[in-house]
Amino acid sequence: MDFDAFLLSRLQFAFTIAFHILFPSFTIGLASYLAVLEGLWLATGRERFKTLYLFWVRIFALSFGMGVVTGVVLSYEIGANWSGFAAKSGSVLGPLLAFEVLTAFFLEASFLGVMLFGWKKVGRKLHFAASCAVAVGTLFSTFWIVSANSWMQHPTAFATLPDGRLVATDWMRVIFSPSFPLRLLHMVLAAYLTTALVVGAASAWRLLKTPDETESRTALIMAIGMFALVAPLQLAVGDQQGLKMGELQPAKLAAVEALWESRAGQPFHILAWPDRALQANRWELSIPRLGSLILKHDPNATVTGLKAFSRADQPPPLPVFYAFRLMVGLGLAMIGLGVWGALLIWRGSPERSRVFLWTCVAMGPAGFVSVVSGWVVAEVGRQPWVVYGVQRTADAVAPLQRGQVSASLLGFLMVYAIIFSAGVIYILRLIDRGPAAGAAPPPPDEGRAPGVSFNAALDPDTTEDGR
Amino acid sequence: MSLDLPLIWAGIIAATVLLYVMLDGFDLGIGILFPFARSPADRDAMMNAIAPVWDGNETWLVLGGGGLLAAFPLAYALLLPALYLPIILMLLGLALRGVAFEFRLNGRRSGKRFWTMAFAGGSLAATFAQGLVLGGFIQGVKADGVVFAGGPFDWLTPYSALVACGLAAGYVLLGAGWLMWKTEDALHGDARRWTAIAGVLTALLLLAVSLATLFLHPRVAARWGVVDGTVDWSRFLPKAPIPLLGVAGLGLLTFGLRRASHALPFVGAVLVFLSGYLGLAAGFMPYVAPYVLTFRQAAAADNALALMLGGAALLAPAIVGYTVWVYWVFRGKVGADAGYH
Repeated sequence: MDFDAFLLSRLQFAFTIAFHILFPSFTIGLASYLAVLEGLWLATGRERFKTLYLFWVRIFALSFGMGVVTGVVLSYEIGANWSGFAAKSGSVLGPLLAFEVLTAFFLEASFLGVMLFGWKKVGRKLHFAASCAVAVGTLFSTFWIVSANSWMQHPTAFATLPDGRLVATDWMRVIFSPSFPLRLLHMVLAAYLTTALVVGAASAWRLLKTPDETESRTALIMAIGMFALVAPLQLAVGDQQGLKMGELQPAKLAAVEALWESRAGQPFHILAWPDRALQANRWELSIPRLGSLILKHDPNATVTGLKAFSRADQPPPLPVFYAFRLMVGLGLAMIGLGVWGALLIWRGSPERSRVFLWTCVAMGPAGFVSVVSGWVVAEVGRQPWVVYGVQRTADAVAPLQRGQVSASLLGFLMVYAIIFSAGVIYILRLIDRGPAAGAAPPPPDEGRAPGVSFNAALDPDTTEDGR
Repeated sequence: MSLDLPLIWAGIIAATVLLYVMLDGFDLGIGILFPFARSPADRDAMMNAIAPVWDGNETWLVLGGGGLLAAFPLAYALLLPALYLPIILMLLGLALRGVAFEFRLNGRRSGKRFWTMAFAGGSLAATFAQGLVLGGFIQGVKADGVVFAGGPFDWLTPYSALVACGLAAGYVLLGAGWLMWKTEDALHGDARRWTAIAGVLTALLLLAVSLATLFLHPRVAARWGVVDGTVDWSRFLPKAPIPLLGVAGLGLLTFGLRRASHALPFVGAVLVFLSGYLGLAAGFMPYVAPYVLTFRQAAAADNALALMLGGAALLAPAIVGYTVWVYWVFRGKVGADAGYH
């Protein structure tokens, strides 16, 4: 494999966007959760909701910061590494991204300040409004970015100018392209599940250490409710997306299922080793006809295989095939966790089952893994196109040299490694201490200045720089 | 009468970049000043002076990038590869300093020390990188048609390094001015000293950059009426208010410092920035990617510009409204313990 500027740019973009998506998929759900917690506190007056809010808002601040800085990178990388794409599609996709900034980023950034630092500066209702504004902002952001991505997956309502640039012919059909509604729903549900899994794991961890912590019990039950409701819904949405994919992106679907021949009554490959050189699977472990049943809801239906597309137009099946199985496998595990948890609640006390609590802890990162897997399915499955059927990824790359992109990729790897490890350590440390630690009054000598985030007053080490 | 959409968008993008430079300018300047603070408590206060607003300030940078992509995609596609390395350096610097706001509060001893350095180092790196981008922009980019055709280090010249130093001094001036406004006691005194030093440096470097631009970039010089060392006053005089605005800003700065005013030095610094920015704009119009693409050549399709103009007209008042409200909520002095009851 030749590490030219093109391949390095692809690696860099894949790395920076996969890294970025971890944070929004957590903070989209967490912002909504925080708004719900604060709303419940205002409505019921129960202290535990406030305690949970003050606890999770600190984790939110850490994650949101990482999401912001890694997101800024993307808004420049599109031009810096993919100028061919920017020049060609700018008149169609540019407005969608600009609307994301205008409707979402300013809203989130401004009200985040009030949310984190305004606890004593504004009234309770206004503070709640700020939390809601941030939650709504994250959803607006999801709307626009998924809209832009959906259009890249299945471009509609555009024309090509003589110089090769694209123009929109109908904005409603650009924004609401055919695969958009399901994708949006899928992404939001994925974000809610990711958050619920983290909240569930954190609460379970606390309950393993202190079995009668009220706040963690409440949070665990809320998380179980989300698994039980959202995980099955996600399966149904995913199934609908499969049908849509067969209609709009048959090559991707064939790669997802490692199907080479187009025929009726396709099997479902549980495991396989798809080989592009052979144009076949080296080996496969299959269930007859189940493929057609899942993909078309009819065991005898015809499903197009990869060979129907010229080799130059086939996505690489191996990563897509396994990423899909990982995502779906984890999704089924989430449904199982929801059913199990619901049964335990029905019997009275989920916090008594240590096996369940340990399983919740183990499932904590499952949402992130699923989101990144789903992203691999969507984006690698779209290859070799950047705008499906319109522009090839190879034609989108910027006129850069190998040395430049090697240097930048190295820079991102190093800086992100530092940010990620520190961020994860700080978040895990907070989770380990638990919500009650945040509710304890600060030591007498340590006041919290009005402009200081909650973190400052709560950590006795933070008043010194250590020198 | 139909609207001249490319012209309107050129104005909007220019205003966005100006707002970014002024707003994130004081954030970044405070980061650069971090190592000069006397105590950890002072550093806490310096961070508190910007913590609630930095994210909103930086959003103008995202709007600048996203807006350039949306309104002038060809310029976006030409400039970013041309200025690749300084852009990446800026992004890495911004990433390190951006997370430092929260990470510094969560770190224990060594962690906190590391994020203190990361905040200062990241701010300095991002500022310097922005200066290099600006310098590279003024120098112009090589293109084959509308595609970048130069080398990876075209932007690196003594001139762009001079511009980067100038921008750093300017950001420090804004940051120090903001601190004078937002802090009290010893830190306020320090900020006052920093403002005075940064004011002198900014004035000298702004003058040096202006002269260097006139000597090295004849196209810009011609705009100012300077051709082959002679000044065409009929071309210079209409633009004379721009440097005069800068002089007025420096005057206000000096006056504010003498009168021990808390807010005037910052206002003066803003005027100096405005003058420098307008001076540049006057040297470039109508180029959006010097000296290859004018804003008309680089503009997106009219229906894209029209859609966004509608959206911006609807959303901008709300954005400005809540941004101002947030600044209002966090008005007044901050400190490591000030105002706590």
